[in-house]
Amino acid sequence: MDPQVQMNRWKRLMVSDYWVLYLSIACFLALFPFTPRLASIENIRNIFSNMLPLLVVAIGETIVLITGGIDLSVTSVIGLSSVIGASIMSSDQGLLAGNPAAAAAGVAGMILAGVFVGWLNGIAVTRLRMPPFIATLTSMMFFGGLAVWLTQSRPIYDLPARFIELGQGAWLWLPNSLAVAGVTAVFAHVLLSRSLLGRWIYAVGTNPRTSLISGVPVNRVVMFAYAASGGCAAVASVLYTARLETGSPVLGQRILLDVIGATVIGGTSLFGGKGNALWTVFGVSFICLIDNSLNMLGLSYFVVTMVKGGIILFAALVDAARSRILAG
Amino acid sequence: MNEDMLLEYEDIEKSFFGVRVLSKVSFTLREGHILGLVGENGAGKSTLVNILGGVISSDAGHIRFQGREYTAASPADAFRQGIGFIHQELNLFTNLDVAENIFIAGFPVRRIACIPWIDARTMRARAEELLGSVGLSIPCDTLVERLSQGERQLVEIAKALRLSARLIILDEPTTSLTARESERLFTLMKELQGRGISMIFISHNLGDVFRLCDDIVVLRDGLVVDAGPVERFSENRVISLMVGRSLDHYYPPRATVPDEEVLLEVSGLSHPGIVEDISLTLRRGEVLGVSGLMGAGRSELARILFGLDPYTRGEITVKGLRMPSGPPRAAIRSGMAFLTENRREEGLLMEASVADNIALVCLPSFTRTPSGLVDSASLKREVSGAASKLRIRSSSLDRQKVRTLSGGNQQKVVLAKWLLSGPSVFILDEPTRGIDVGAKHEIYKIINDLAGRGAGVLLISSEIEELMGMCDRILVMSAGEITACVERPEYDRERILRFALGRKPV
Repeated sequence: MDPQVQMNRWKRLMVSDYWVLYLSIACFLALFPFTPRLASIENIRNIFSNMLPLLVVAIGETIVLITGGIDLSVTSVIGLSSVIGASIMSSDQGLLAGNPAAAAAGVAGMILAGVFVGWLNGIAVTRLRMPPFIATLTSMMFFGGLAVWLTQSRPIYDLPARFIELGQGAWLWLPNSLAVAGVTAVFAHVLLSRSLLGRWIYAVGTNPRTSLISGVPVNRVVMFAYAASGGCAAVASVLYTARLETGSPVLGQRILLDVIGATVIGGTSLFGGKGNALWTVFGVSFICLIDNSLNMLGLSYFVVTMVKGGIILFAALVDAARSRILAG
Repeated sequence: MNEDMLLEYEDIEKSFFGVRVLSKVSFTLREGHILGLVGENGAGKSTLVNILGGVISSDAGHIRFQGREYTAASPADAFRQGIGFIHQELNLFTNLDVAENIFIAGFPVRRIACIPWIDARTMRARAEELLGSVGLSIPCDTLVERLSQGERQLVEIAKALRLSARLIILDEPTTSLTARESERLFTLMKELQGRGISMIFISHNLGDVFRLCDDIVVLRDGLVVDAGPVERFSENRVISLMVGRSLDHYYPPRATVPDEEVLLEVSGLSHPGIVEDISLTLRRGEVLGVSGLMGAGRSELARILFGLDPYTRGEITVKGLRMPSGPPRAAIRSGMAFLTENRREEGLLMEASVADNIALVCLPSFTRTPSGLVDSASLKREVSGAASKLRIRSSSLDRQKVRTLSGGNQQKVVLAKWLLSGPSVFILDEPTRGIDVGAKHEIYKIINDLAGRGAGVLLISSEIEELMGMCDRILVMSAGEITACVERPEYDRERILRFALGRKPV
């Protein structure tokens, strides 16, 4: 084949929206011969159960990144939410122990806690004009510490069965966790690509001053983004907590880099104005696939981390190349 | 070969991606002369001087500099050979001090124990000397971030003088300067000329070109359409050479006259240190000019009117309704539009598409309730309608980024964005700054069209001719106050300037 045409195919592939999806499929096919177990039903279910909560967090992070901010507090929100929910629901010394509405109240409390932390982040960024990195780093430390302090770092057990259903059960053939994550992703996708608020989110991330002068309520948009991110982290916390049947303050402590890494691999820019929910879905599947298959190959946690670092570097290089191609 | 020719271009050619941007360009520059290089945006001016400054290389042709064949491999190479280049966007490190910036390309070094140390004492002494020669009396350890735009420009020139440049290229040096700073720059240029230094001066302001330059080279579409001593040209002739046709009415006449109905009324508007007791009325179909020197409070007034900055006393009424002081959203809802003087940072989303930019203001009115979803089909129709009405030249509204448009087209995108929200009061702050003659003419026609369809336009401009050509009345501001309201029959450049300087007319 003419090399020029071949080159163009490569370029077209790289700038495609589905680039990361293709990359995931390629990885899967490349690693499959070495660990055939990769494709077993059980393993695919395993990949999904790791992926879904991460996806929900990453969707919220995507919204914040598009506005040009960053949310480092998501992992602490997961821990805090988990603890708050568990101490409402637990039949062992829970606030509403034994009450039939305990599960519903617990979930509501968890989401409220997440949105509240996000709202505080939003206040810090808009009203106090703190750099997002510092604002959310501060709340990561504070609320992470608060969660541990509230429980004296003891996990809370004995959660109601109806709550545990949320993470482990299924409605007909559809696992509940998949339904929750799917609804979140679809909702975020429609929000970002079709709604007024979504267009405003991109505008604010591209240039907040121009947006303000053009009548965009910049502060409200930014507040929404952080509140949504907090809310998403809380939803993820529901999934994690229900899966482990435990309220734990250190839940999700190790996933921060996975969240940001997956979002950036998907193609969302750390400088704002660029990204979308679909890309993040692909980014999260990619990173979970890598994680899982390297584990299956029997590599240690540390090696897996090293490889993931390399992959994030690779993604950054590809992103730079993509911008070059798109620029002509 | 003529002895006192400093620079000769001979049949220089350059193409980018197969598109010819310079074809057989030849001209000469004498020792100690200032050459004005004029042409529309995209005519090839920047390419022409970038070749000289070592930023890019030419495809064909020769350059002779100081009697020798000249090529520059890089900007640093050009600088060493005696060519200083002052770019439109200044290239100073704002976190370093003045002396460090001047010597950034080669610090004076003293070796102690074989380790090179910066010889700070020599550097400061030389820097003081160079600052003196450009007439800047500031300590040379001042951080550049604390200097005004005009002072930074002078530092750039001091930097160029460090290796005794024989030729200095100034690419649009006055766009970010105040009137006073520009004057200071021009005086310095004359002084440098007296010392035998030649200059190439690129500017859209023909008045400045005629005042300063000895020779003029007019470029159009990469061709030298005329070149020669300044005496051979008139401003009108240069304009028609630049655009390739004659603009009979540089300021197009308006068919309609202002109505009686008042759209915008401001009374007693004050904010300490910014504006003082501003009162004005803008009527339907009127173009009201605001003149004044930089720093007189014109842009600040515009920002207050639009709700971007606060005010302490006074009242703003739009179409009979009192405007709350608040975010620009309120101003937009009451029917105002604001084109800021800073197109890149406040007017446009440079990295977004043309369509997204045009849609930005009117989005809420294309949103269905209660779903909050944007009706993208009808939005798209409106956006492309507005784009074609204003004749925005773009290869693809959806895919082309605004950043890649020319200045004139960018400004039209800003106008299109506001037009879609159907406003009745337009505040235009320097709408023609930094755009070429042809595009200016189109903007003027759009302004007339707005007034003709019953809008009121508040036109802020630093160019008095522009205001006299376009406006029904001109308000003159000085030190935050309105010092005069000049009616059309009394238009006179001197008179307006005198009010702007805060003096009573004689």
